Amino acid sequence: MPVDAVSACVEMSRLSFHYQQQCLFDQLNLRLEYGELMALCGPSGCGKSSLLKLINGLLTPSAGSIRVFGQALSAVDAEALRQRMGYAVQKIGLFPHLTTEENIRLVANTRKIDEQAQQQRIDFLLDMFNLSKSLLKRYPHELSGGQAQRVGLCRALMLKPKLLLLDEAFSAVDPISRFDIYREFLKLQQAEGFSVVLVTHDMREAHFLAHSIVVMEAGQIIRQGKMDQVIAQPDHPLVSRLVKEHLLCEA
Amino acid sequence: MIEYAVLKNTQTGWGLWRLLLPSLLLTFFCLQGLQAQSADQHSSEQGSFEQQALRKQQTLEQQTLANEPRNTLVVGSKAFAEGYLLGEILAQLLESDGFQVERRLGLGKTLITYEALAHGEIDVYVEYTGTLLQAILKQPADAAKIPFDMAKLNAALQNRGLQVLPPLGFNSTYALVMSANKKQAFNIQTIGDLTQYADWVVSISHEFMHRPDGWFQLKEAYQLPQKAGGIEHSLAYEAINNGSIAITDAYSTDGDIATRGLELLEDNLGFFPEYLALPLVRQSMPDAAKASIMQLAGTIDERLMQQLNAKVLQEDQSYASVARDFLNDAGLKDGLSLNDGLSLTERLLTRLQPLIKPLKEHLQLTFSALLAATLLGVGVGLLCYRSHKLSRLLIYSTGLMQTIPSLALLALLIPIFGIGWLPAVIALFVYSLLPIVRSTLTSLVTIDPLLKEVALGLGLTHKQQILKVYLPMALPGMLTGIKTAAVISIGTATLASFIGAGGLGDPIITGLSLNDHSLVLLGAIPAALLAIMTEWLFERLERRWIPAHMRGR
Repeated sequence: MPVDAVSACVEMSRLSFHYQQQCLFDQLNLRLEYGELMALCGPSGCGKSSLLKLINGLLTPSAGSIRVFGQALSAVDAEALRQRMGYAVQKIGLFPHLTTEENIRLVANTRKIDEQAQQQRIDFLLDMFNLSKSLLKRYPHELSGGQAQRVGLCRALMLKPKLLLLDEAFSAVDPISRFDIYREFLKLQQAEGFSVVLVTHDMREAHFLAHSIVVMEAGQIIRQGKMDQVIAQPDHPLVSRLVKEHLLCEA
Repeated sequence: MIEYAVLKNTQTGWGLWRLLLPSLLLTFFCLQGLQAQSADQHSSEQGSFEQQALRKQQTLEQQTLANEPRNTLVVGSKAFAEGYLLGEILAQLLESDGFQVERRLGLGKTLITYEALAHGEIDVYVEYTGTLLQAILKQPADAAKIPFDMAKLNAALQNRGLQVLPPLGFNSTYALVMSANKKQAFNIQTIGDLTQYADWVVSISHEFMHRPDGWFQLKEAYQLPQKAGGIEHSLAYEAINNGSIAITDAYSTDGDIATRGLELLEDNLGFFPEYLALPLVRQSMPDAAKASIMQLAGTIDERLMQQLNAKVLQEDQSYASVARDFLNDAGLKDGLSLNDGLSLTERLLTRLQPLIKPLKEHLQLTFSALLAATLLGVGVGLLCYRSHKLSRLLIYSTGLMQTIPSLALLALLIPIFGIGWLPAVIALFVYSLLPIVRSTLTSLVTIDPLLKEVALGLGLTHKQQILKVYLPMALPGMLTGIKTAAVISIGTATLASFIGAGGLGDPIITGLSLNDHSLVLLGAIPAALLAIMTEWLFERLERRWIPAHMRGR
C-alpha cells in the first residue's frame, strides 16, 4: 500500500478482528478512494459482511485502525459519521411498526431536514428504483421481497451519503429489471460521487457495477485490483473459478 | 370469633423482609409525590370520607411521631360481626364517659389489627386469650389450657407497650357444630360420638385447619376417622343447611348457631383452649380511659354474647343500637347515643348506595399503583435489558415479591407505613411490578437483532433507537403486561379494605363477615365489571397505538 498524503474514503491498516476467540482478520490493509465503487467477493463466511460492519462501527476491531473520511470512528461522534454512510443489507431490516415512508424518512426526520427537500428526495429515489408511490403507506410485511429490498436502498440513499455500504443489497431484486436498476444506480453514483463497498456473491453484478474488486477467502485478501485487470489475470484458483462462472453466464 | 394465626409465619417472614426493605424504600420515595398529589385532590372534595380518613391518618402519624398522648382515643376491631359489636360497645362506653373517640372498626384479621395496635394506630381492641397466647405471644398450643392468669399475660406484654384489661366474661372458643335435627336423629352428644360415622363430611375453616390447637390435634385427641376439607367459614352454615357437609367448626358465641338450627357438640375431653375476650390496650392509654373500659369486666357471658350477635345478624339491628341497648341494660350508660338507630343494612346501604365512593377509591388505588409500577417497571426494564444478568436478577426479585401472600404483605407494610391508602398502594405496586417488568424485558430482548443492528447502522443515537425503534416495537408486549397488572390490581385491591384503604373490598369483606351475600355482590360485581372495562380500555389503546399487524392474535 502506498502511503498517501491525501486521505482516502476508507483506510484500514493492520486491522485485526477476533470474534468469539477466532481470528477473522489478521493485519488487513485496505483502501477505498473517494468515488470508488469496490466489489467485495468471496465464498460465504469469508468475512465480507464483517468487514462492512467494521467500517460503520457495528463491530469494533481488536487491533489496528480504520479511518473513514479521514477520521477514526472511535474519535468522533459515531452517529454523525454513520449518517454519512448509507447501509443496506440483504435481509433489509425494515422496521415492521413503520410504513414504507416512515422507514425511509426515519433518520431524516430526526435531523429535521426540510420537508420539501425530503419529499423531492423520496420521489426521486422511488422513481429511480421503479417503486410506485402507493407503496409509501404500506407496511413492510405488505411488500414483496424485491420491493422491500429497493425500499431498503432508498432508506440507505435518503441522506445523500458519501459512502454506501451494500451487503447483497440487490439480491432479491427482480432479475428482469435488475440491470435497469444497476444503470440508474450507476448514474446516481456518478452524479453524487459517493463511494461504494459492494458485498456480493454475484460476479455479474460486481462486474457491471464495480471499478475495482477485492476477493477474500477465510479473512484474507487473495486478490485485489481494477475489475478488468482481475478478470483478465485471475492469478489465483478461486478467482479463476469466480471469473469462469461469470463468463459462462455471460455466454 | 377467633382469628387467623397468620402471625405464626412472620418469624420467617422477617428475613425476607430485610431483603425487600431497600426496594420498598425506593418505592416509598417514588410514591411520596403521588400521595401529595392525591392529598391535593382529596382536599378539593370538602368533607369526603377519604379526606377525613387522610386527615385523621396524617394527624395520627404526626402524633405518633411526636410520641405525645393524643386527645382522641382510637378504637379498633377485627373484621367480623362480634369484633365490630365489641368495638362499638367500647367506643360508646368511652364516649359516654367523655372521651373523644375515633372508630377504626373492621381492620382485618388478628395480624393487621394487632400490628395497628402495636404501632399506635389504634389504642384498644378486643382480643381473645387463646389467640393472644399463641398467635401473638407464640406460646405452645397447650398454654391456653392453663387457666387464665392476667398478671402473667401482662408481664409478657410489658415490653411491647401493651396490656390486657380484665376479661369481659365470655369464652368464645372453638366448637364443632352440626344440624340439630341430624344430631337428634343419630343421638350424638359429644365430639367423641363422631368416631362411629367415618363417612360424614367434615369441612373446616382454613384457619381452624392449621391452628396449633386446630383440626389435626382435635382429630388425634378424639381419634376421629373423618378427613376434613377446607371451607370459607361464612359458607359453612349454608353447606350444612343444604346437607352438603355434616360438621364444621364454629365459635361458641356465634349468633347463627341457634337461628340456623345448629347445635354445638360437647367437648367432653376439654380439648379446646380458653378464648376469653378481653380488651387489649396500649399502656400509654390514660388511666381514666382504662378505668372506663374496665367497667365492662365480667358483664357479658356466652349466652348474652350469642344474643347480642344474633341481634345484629338475625334481627338486622345496627351495631350502634345493639351496643347502646346493651350499655343501657348493663347500667353503664344513660341517655342517647350520638349514633342513629338505623339498621345495619340501612346503614350499609346508605353508605354504599351510590357505590361511587368505593369505586373511586378502588380506581385511585389501582391507578396510582399501576402508574408507579409502569414508570418504574418500564424504566428499570429499559436500563437493564442489555444485561442478561441484571434482567434475570430483576425477574427473580420481582417474582419473589409476587410470592408474598397479599395479606402478609399488607401486614408487613403496617409497621412502616401505618394503615390506609399508602401501604395499600405500595402492596398493589409490588404485585404490579412482575408482569410489567417481565413483559418489558421480554419484548425488548426479543426484538430481531437485525433490526437493532440496522437502527444502529442508520446512525440513530441511543435515545433515538429507544424512542423510535425499541419502545414502539416492544409496546404490544408491554401493554399486555400492564393490562395483566391492571386486572390483577383490580382484584387484589379488594383486600385494601383490610387496612382501612376503602375500595370495593369494603362491601365484600363486610358482607363476608356478616354473611350477607347481597353485600358481597355489591362489591364483587363492580370489581368484575371494572376488570372487564380495563380489558376493553386496553384493547382500545392497542387499536389506537399499534398497527394491526403488530397486535398479535
